[in-house]
Parts: sequence; C-alpha cells; structure tokens
Amino acid sequence: MKKIYTRPASLKEAHFHYCPGCGHGIINRLIAEVIDEMGLRGKAICVAPAGCGMLVYNYFDIDTLESAHGRGAAVATGIKRVRPDNLVFSYQGDGDLAAIGTAEGFHAANRGELITVIFVNNGVYGMTGGQMAPTTLKEQITTTTPSGRNPVSAGHPVRVCEVFSVLDGTSYLERVAVNSPSGIKKTKKAIAKAFQHQINRTGFSLVEILSPCPTNWKMSPIESFRWIDEVMTKQFPLGVIKEVKC
Amino acid sequence: MKRLMSGNAALGEAAILSGCTCYFGYPITPQNELTEYMAKRMPESGGVFIQSESEIAAINMVLGASVAGARAMTSSSSPGMSLKQEGISYLAADELPAVIVNMVRGGPGMGNISPAQSDYLQATRGGGHGDYRTIVLAPSSVQELVDIVPLAFDLADAYRNPVIILGDGMLGQMMEPVDFSDIKKPKDYPKDYILTGAENRPSRMVRSLLFDTKEEEEHNWKLYRKFQRIEANEVRCETFMTDDAEIVVVAYGIAARIAKGAIKRLRQENIKAGLLRPITLWPFPSKNIVELARYVNDFFVFEMSTGQMIEDVKLALSGRGHVNFYGRPGGVIPTPIELARIVSRHYYQTQKVKRQ
Amino acid sequence: MLIKTVFSGFGGQGVLSMGFTMANAAMLEGRYVTYLPSYGVEVRGGTANCTVVVSDEEIASPVASEPEFVVAMNQPSFVRFQSILQSGGLLCVNSSLVNTSSARGDIEILAVPTSELAEKLGQIKVANMVMLGAFIKASNIVSFDFLVEHLAEILGEGKSKLIKLNRDALELGYNFIKE
Repeated sequence: MKKIYTRPASLKEAHFHYCPGCGHGIINRLIAEVIDEMGLRGKAICVAPAGCGMLVYNYFDIDTLESAHGRGAAVATGIKRVRPDNLVFSYQGDGDLAAIGTAEGFHAANRGELITVIFVNNGVYGMTGGQMAPTTLKEQITTTTPSGRNPVSAGHPVRVCEVFSVLDGTSYLERVAVNSPSGIKKTKKAIAKAFQHQINRTGFSLVEILSPCPTNWKMSPIESFRWIDEVMTKQFPLGVIKEVKC
Repeated sequence: MKRLMSGNAALGEAAILSGCTCYFGYPITPQNELTEYMAKRMPESGGVFIQSESEIAAINMVLGASVAGARAMTSSSSPGMSLKQEGISYLAADELPAVIVNMVRGGPGMGNISPAQSDYLQATRGGGHGDYRTIVLAPSSVQELVDIVPLAFDLADAYRNPVIILGDGMLGQMMEPVDFSDIKKPKDYPKDYILTGAENRPSRMVRSLLFDTKEEEEHNWKLYRKFQRIEANEVRCETFMTDDAEIVVVAYGIAARIAKGAIKRLRQENIKAGLLRPITLWPFPSKNIVELARYVNDFFVFEMSTGQMIEDVKLALSGRGHVNFYGRPGGVIPTPIELARIVSRHYYQTQKVKRQ
Repeated sequence: MLIKTVFSGFGGQGVLSMGFTMANAAMLEGRYVTYLPSYGVEVRGGTANCTVVVSDEEIASPVASEPEFVVAMNQPSFVRFQSILQSGGLLCVNSSLVNTSSARGDIEILAVPTSELAEKLGQIKVANMVMLGAFIKASNIVSFDFLVEHLAEILGEGKSKLIKLNRDALELGYNFIKE
C-alpha cells in the first residue's frame, strides 16, 4: 500500500505540547517537511526562541540551539558566519522579534545576513500568559491591556514585514496565515522560498506567519481561525511584501 | 622581534595568532583600537569581523560562533560589559567557550574613560544571573596581555567556559615593546557538542532551559564541580620580594605595577615590603595568601576602586593578620610615590604601637 | 635611570608621533619603555599629549606626575604642563607659537622656533621632527645617531618616501642647539 502521509524525518517522535488549536504545531511540521523535501536535514541549524516556540528543539530532529529572548538573529548571524554552507534559521515569536529583539532582527536584516527568520505572529505573549505583544491589535484585550490596547499609551501594532521591507539587505518577505488548508499550503511554499533565498545567497529572508492562539484569545479554535481572516489580516495584510529576484 | 604596540592592538594580534577567527564588537572608549585592529586584520587573516548593533548583539554573535565551533572573542569597557552579562550567563549555562575583554573605565553609570578597577566584583562573581563563575585573567603589562590571550582561549576550550580578560583603560591605551614569538598554534580541542548540521549523526541541541528542577539542580552541581576543578588547577599569581617581607601589598593589573614601584622605594627606606599579584582574579590565589600569612601579619590591599578585591583577601585570611586598604576610584591613577608614602606612614604608625 | 617626558600640543602638530618616534628608538636601543597617549574626549577637543617613560629597569607607572622633561608645542600645553615639570626640569617650547614670559623661575627653558626652521625645508608639517631633533640633543635620552640610522624601521612600512624629509628635519633641530 502506498504511504501518502507520514511523520517527516526532521521531526522527532514526540507529542507537541501546544494547546488545542495552536498554530505552532502546524508550523513546526511544515518546516520539517520543507527541510526533508529540500534534502537539508544534515545542513539545517535552528535557533529556538524564548516563548511558546521555545521547545521546538524537542520536536525538530535537527541541530538546534536555544537563544536568549530576542537574540535569535544575532546568534544565527554568529553561526552562519562560521558555517556559511549550513541552512541557519531562527524561529521567533512576536515579542521575541518585534519587542525585545528588535535591534538584533533589524540589523541582521539590514546587513543582509544569509539567514531565515520564521516569525510566528499570534498577537500575544503566549507562554507568559497572554500579555500584550507589539503586534496586539488596537482595542484587543490582553492581561496587560485589560480594557483593550489603547495606542495613545500602548502604541500601535507593528508590521514587521513592512518595516523590514525598506532595508536593502532583505530579499524575501512574505506574510501568510495557517488558519485554512490553502493558507497552510501557501505557508509551506513561503518557507521553501525563504530557504531558497538563503541557499542562493540573495539576502535576508523572513516569513511572517499569522497563527491562532485560542487559549489567550479566549476563543474556540474555529473562532480563532475566523478571527485571523476577519480582523487580524486587516492590520496584517497577507502576501509577498518584498521579493528580490532569487 | 619586538614591536611597540598599544595593549588593545597587541591583544588583537595575539588573539589572531591564538586561532581566534571571529570577533564581534561595539565601539566604546577606551577599547576602540582593538575593534579597529580587528576590523582590519580579521578579513586579512580569513576571519569574521562584525561591528554589531550593540554589546548585547556582539556577545550573542560570539555565542553563535562558539556553538558553531569557532574561537570567538568580543571586547568592551565597563558600561558595555554590563550589557554583555546576559550573554555571558548563557555561555556559562550552555558550557560554551568564549573570550571576553573588559578594558575597565571609571564608573558607575557613564563614569568616565579613565582607567579603573571597579568591575572586579562583576567579573569575579559571574556578573550575570545564576550560579556560575567566569575565569578572570588580569595582566599588568602589554607583554603579559599578549601572553595571556592564548591561555585565555585554551582555558575557555579546556573547561568550556567564558574567560574574561580584565584590563583597564591604561593597559589598553599604553604602548610597550611586545614580542609575539611565544604564541604557538592552538591545540585541537575535541568539540563533540558543536552544531554543524546533523549529517550522518544524531541531532544535537544546546540549551539552558531545564524545566525539571532535578535536572537543573544536577546541571548546577555539574557546573559547580567544574568550577572546583578550575579552583584547584588554574590559580596563577606572582610574588615580588615577599621572602623576608613584613608587609605585603596585594594588587593586580596596572595597580600592581604601581605597587611594585612603591615597594622598590619602600625597600630603599628599609621597609620590608613585598607584593602578591593575583594573575587569576577568579580563581583567587587564596592559598598563596594564607601561605604568606604564616609569617606576614600585615597586608595592604591596593586597588583603583573603593575596595572590591579586599573582600577576597579577607575571605582568604579568615580573620588572620591585619588587612589595610588604599584605593583611588573614579579613574584616578595613583603614583608609586603616593602609595609608598601611605604604606610607609602605616608602617611607622604600627611600629610605634608595637613599641608602646 | 628613569626619565619621563611629556610631549604636548594641538592635535595635528604631530605630538603623538614625536613621542612614538622617541619611544621606538628607545625600544630598539633595548631599553624599557612605555608610551601613554591622552585619549578620548580630550583628544577630540583638539589638544594632544603623550607620556614617554624610558628606563634601564622595569617601569612601574607609565604616568608622569613630575616629569623631567616637557615638550610644549603650543601655548595651552605650555601653561598646563609647566606646572607639573620637576623643579630643575627642562621645558622645550615651540617659540614660534609660545610666549614664555610667564615661565616658572625654577625650570630651564629651551626655545626652538620650529615653524621657521621647518619652513626652511619647505614643509611646516615636519616642525615636530625639528623639535624632536632639538629635544634629543638637549635631553640625550636616546642616541641621535641611532635614531637616524633606524629611521626607516621606526617610521614603518609605506613611509619610505618620507625618510629623507624626516631626517633633514631631525638634523635641522639637532644642529640648532649649541653645545
């Protein structure tokens, strides 16, 4: 009998710890599938963040380093400069990349470091219990914006891809969402494309993935998938934000 | 052949000769000449140089380069060292080698750019969060700086731990004749922990997150045992005219050379003074001090701070002998005459007390 | 023997290279030597100075609180450093720019019109080397002949075109001082 669906070799035999409806598990699997399909398992090095994505090293069956909160792009820079022939990517959440690690991400992008950032944007700090993230929407309720995010005092949701797009060092920036089968397919394609940009040494690549967090959004998984389409994408429009010829 | 070089530049050359292939740094006075030297020499020697966006980024680039298997270094001065502490804690936790240079300046806060020794406690107590130590080497001349760099890289690799070279603004800026011919090609350290991609081997992970408290406790004890090994094997210090000494000055780095000058003057006055100069500030030469305390009762700690190393001297002596202190904080550079006068006054006062 | 000298002047007058040249000569003679430049904010402000210590034994401190010699290439340096000179010390001043009427009574002054002398060579920028030649004659800290002989080595790679000019300037200053 023909096997049409199996665990990717780049994923360990472990159960995800993620909450029901969370996007991380889907994204982890997509990355592993792309690594397998592109034949990169022996070359890939992942830099894990602090946050819900932290435990990816329990799932990826590839070389992995856990970085301090926000420092993923700097650590990945160090690795890539020593090992230019490896595939080096950092896996970062919105707090990690767009708050505490803004400087590291921004300047790695500006230097055109040949790394890939997988940026998981779910609009909240998940692991610490649902506080405001830099990408939290206006009026969105979190544990630190109990009456909704007020831009007057709490600032505006940050569009990372658009900010990075003006930096000459970036070559591929795409925003996708894992809230539908077609979105998941597009996400996989985007990850593969980003890796290809790294392999071809075109420049810094980043895939921003809108990802549901039903637990902290206080929604059912179905509602959270819908919320991404109906609300989140208004602030964070999907599509290729920047693509330099690869 | 000898060359006249600044401490900063000589350190850079010594690092390259010691097999350092990655340098990451952010400008701060008084260590800029090292960053500038590396900007020129690293590409020439096929290495990596990045002027990072911050000290935090620099130390994390060092971590990345180290986990990828390279000998990596960063440097800064006091305010920048505070920023690097996060990364140093992670390096220690991940058991990754790295060499970090601090050309100390006056503090706290912005302080000034003059030489000081006020980062002693930060350097010798770990400096960042968690239960760990860094090996701290404190040279007192440009030649010793050059000699200590290969040792720093070797200790970092041998123990898989960050090593701090604690200099000061003066050591970085001053030029002295130096000779690099004693630096040998680095030994090969087996690195079965580095990340190279899981080609034909099981995947590796390098991390410091240990949710299981038992696991974290065991990790802490493991590090502790390593630190005990370092304390047992890696203490280095120099003594000068201590054989017949009645009073021993304890000083390190640039202060130790000033103290040497003072001791020569004191000897001319027939005051039997000697010097103990810790070269490793951690591990501290406690045993050597205890050994001296068998026949010396009077210790004089001399620092360019309000008194930090004095804690270690007192801990070593555990109540034995008298511990006196003279310090000049804030970037002031004391003179040998000044210290000689202070020690001399102290000597005659205690003689007077003894006579009474 | 332990001799401390402070070289001082405007940034751009070649004050640091004066000190560096002498320190290098002392090193090649096999002496102990330290060279400490002023650095940081002060340098950006336009004044420059460096301290050179030459000795026959290990040097304790590269700082000179009471130097035996001061070379002052401009008025502010003259004012600032004459106050730290040892009693009986020698102050070499660039008399093209420095008025010495306020000099201390317990020190020796040696006036060298470096600009005028350097102009004879058609190169005002070697005024520093003219001064160094005069200073070495007066102080005798390093051997002048040794310095001239090793000038190529001291100036370093890429400066071969400048050796003759520098030597001429050193000799001009050296010969300006009468025995």
